[in-house]
Amino acid sequence: MIQTIAFYLFATLVIASGALTILARNPVHSVLWLILAFFNAAGLMVLVGAEFIAMLLVIVYVGAVAVLFLFVVMMLDIDFSEMRAGFGRYLPFGVLLVVVLAAEIIFAVGAWSAGGIGLGAATSPTPEGMSNIQALGTLLYTRYLYIFEAAGLVLLVAMIGAIVLTHRTRGGVRAQNIRRQNQRRPQDAVRNVVDQPSGEGVTL
Amino acid sequence: MSTLSSIALTAPELLLSVGSIALLMWCAWGGDAATRTISVVAVALLTGAAFLLLGPAGYGGTGFGGLYHADAFGAFAKLLIYIASAVSIIVAPRFFADTGSMRAEYPVLILLSAVGMGMMVSAGDLLTLYVGLELQSLAAYVLASFMRRDTRSAEAGLKYFVLGALASGILLYGISLVYGFTGTTDFGGIAAVFGTPAEEPVRLGRLFGLVFVFAGLAFKIAAVPFHMWTPDVYEGAPTPVTTFFASAPKVAAMALLLRVAVEAMGPATEEWRQIVIFCALASTILGGVAAIGQTNIKRLLAYSSINNVGFALFGLVPGTALGVSAVLTYLAVYIAMTLGSFLVVLQMRDARGEPIETIASLSGLSRTQPALAAAMAMFMFSLAGIPPLFGFWPKFLVFDAVVDIGLWPLAMIGIATSVIGAYYYLRIIKTMYFDEPAEAFAPSGSKVEGGLIALAAVVVSPFGYLMIGPLGLISLNAAKALF
Repeated sequence: MIQTIAFYLFATLVIASGALTILARNPVHSVLWLILAFFNAAGLMVLVGAEFIAMLLVIVYVGAVAVLFLFVVMMLDIDFSEMRAGFGRYLPFGVLLVVVLAAEIIFAVGAWSAGGIGLGAATSPTPEGMSNIQALGTLLYTRYLYIFEAAGLVLLVAMIGAIVLTHRTRGGVRAQNIRRQNQRRPQDAVRNVVDQPSGEGVTL
Repeated sequence: MSTLSSIALTAPELLLSVGSIALLMWCAWGGDAATRTISVVAVALLTGAAFLLLGPAGYGGTGFGGLYHADAFGAFAKLLIYIASAVSIIVAPRFFADTGSMRAEYPVLILLSAVGMGMMVSAGDLLTLYVGLELQSLAAYVLASFMRRDTRSAEAGLKYFVLGALASGILLYGISLVYGFTGTTDFGGIAAVFGTPAEEPVRLGRLFGLVFVFAGLAFKIAAVPFHMWTPDVYEGAPTPVTTFFASAPKVAAMALLLRVAVEAMGPATEEWRQIVIFCALASTILGGVAAIGQTNIKRLLAYSSINNVGFALFGLVPGTALGVSAVLTYLAVYIAMTLGSFLVVLQMRDARGEPIETIASLSGLSRTQPALAAAMAMFMFSLAGIPPLFGFWPKFLVFDAVVDIGLWPLAMIGIATSVIGAYYYLRIIKTMYFDEPAEAFAPSGSKVEGGLIALAAVVVSPFGYLMIGPLGLISLNAAKALF
């Protein structure tokens, strides 16, 4: 029973916060709604017994989105003093979100310990006597090895692309050249000025 | 099937990916000075991969538990993809050398994109499809903005990226719906589920998934109404990259669409036929009408590619082996025509060596460079599908397949729309042969490019009809691999 209630709660909140993500006019609010959506999706994953994916959602998405949030704040033309002045304004909203999240965690844990939701007919049930991570790893490195390697290539292309599009060799940069430094002998760098008349500058 | 024998099936992709990683090391240590050598090695790798298709990679069956299909269909599409990729690598150094923006990573990115395209055409699972598509697209986004100091190139890359990401989103949504309503991502499994009747809500869910998957793929082949990005990206991207975009990824996406439509959603032919008919008609009409007002030759060729994709889609409408083999023949001839016309565009440079792209600059080309004008005229006549040239034959095959299932009215309308396209192709020929000469182009000086133009011109010339026998046999054999 509690699982069903939890499912409908999470599902409703995912859709509602997803809609609010694109409807909110304030980009900061948008990101907060997005975090709530991810969090609820993680709750749904817990309910169907995919704890590892749930944790990934929280760590990767909520974590990464926090960074994204920073970027939004940095790249949009937002006045920081105004932001600080807005702290009081944002506080109730933030607190509300925190309360909802905390309540959801407690609720999800309760629902999960009650046994998780029974899916009608799972096409690939979790194997017996295996944890979530083990099951995923076994699949990734055997059945889906090909796609796993290809995903690695996708990341490689992303890396090459970022370097090709942004890296440039600048002229006039005095980078350290260790070989040249080591080859430099005292006689190249120091000149002994013996017959220097006093009152005149040294010509090098 | 064991993992080792599965890996043997992916030999072409393996060779290309290992080779591209090795070349990447060479880029890092050798710098941009090594570009020419790297390009030569990259072309050699593509040739090697093409020869590997003669082995198990060309007929070995399924590998990795259904994720990968090594069959005649994949081999045919891969051969076209490798040829187009090799040509795009060969033409690049001279173009980029003139603008001073050659980077050693260009051939590497093309190779990695070719790996992605190989995955796409051999996909046996929605997951392979998506990862292959992303690998191809991600490399393409970078290539589009390869001349990063050029505003138009950067704009093309950004536009392509944003709209491509949107298309990926649509496609992924479709894939998730299909997975949700069929319970599998394997093409064979999806076909089995689509073949069984379902109650109303489930049927509707499957239909939604199908529509989104087709919409996502239609974006990748630039069929109307998902074509908006094409003219801007083709115009802004450096010309060798545009040559690549118009050829290899088109073939890959088209082959992927054929495979998904026939292998995964074959039992739902009645459902997707309407979508394909609409896209085909809209592409041929809009591709023809919108091209009329263009003054930039690359934009014009972009609309021409939209137009041609529309004609190729007609071959998918019947959903029969005959239709699919007609599409494959179309793609083979389309590659020759498109590569040829872009090679001619690459020769368009003024006395200072700056590339020019206006159609007006082609005026009187028949008097300043008769051979080039003759080749361009052949490509234009062929793209328009005017009978003595080889471009007519695939159009004929496509409509033959449509008539074969009794869709007479559709074939009639399709043939009528090709007349609209003929207008702007003929206008270019008129400009070249009957207008007063404009400033002459700088002499080409590249024997390789001249040779490639001559080769493409021979393929699309009436001599091409000598290939009808073998080409028909190979493409029919390839098409039968899907059924």
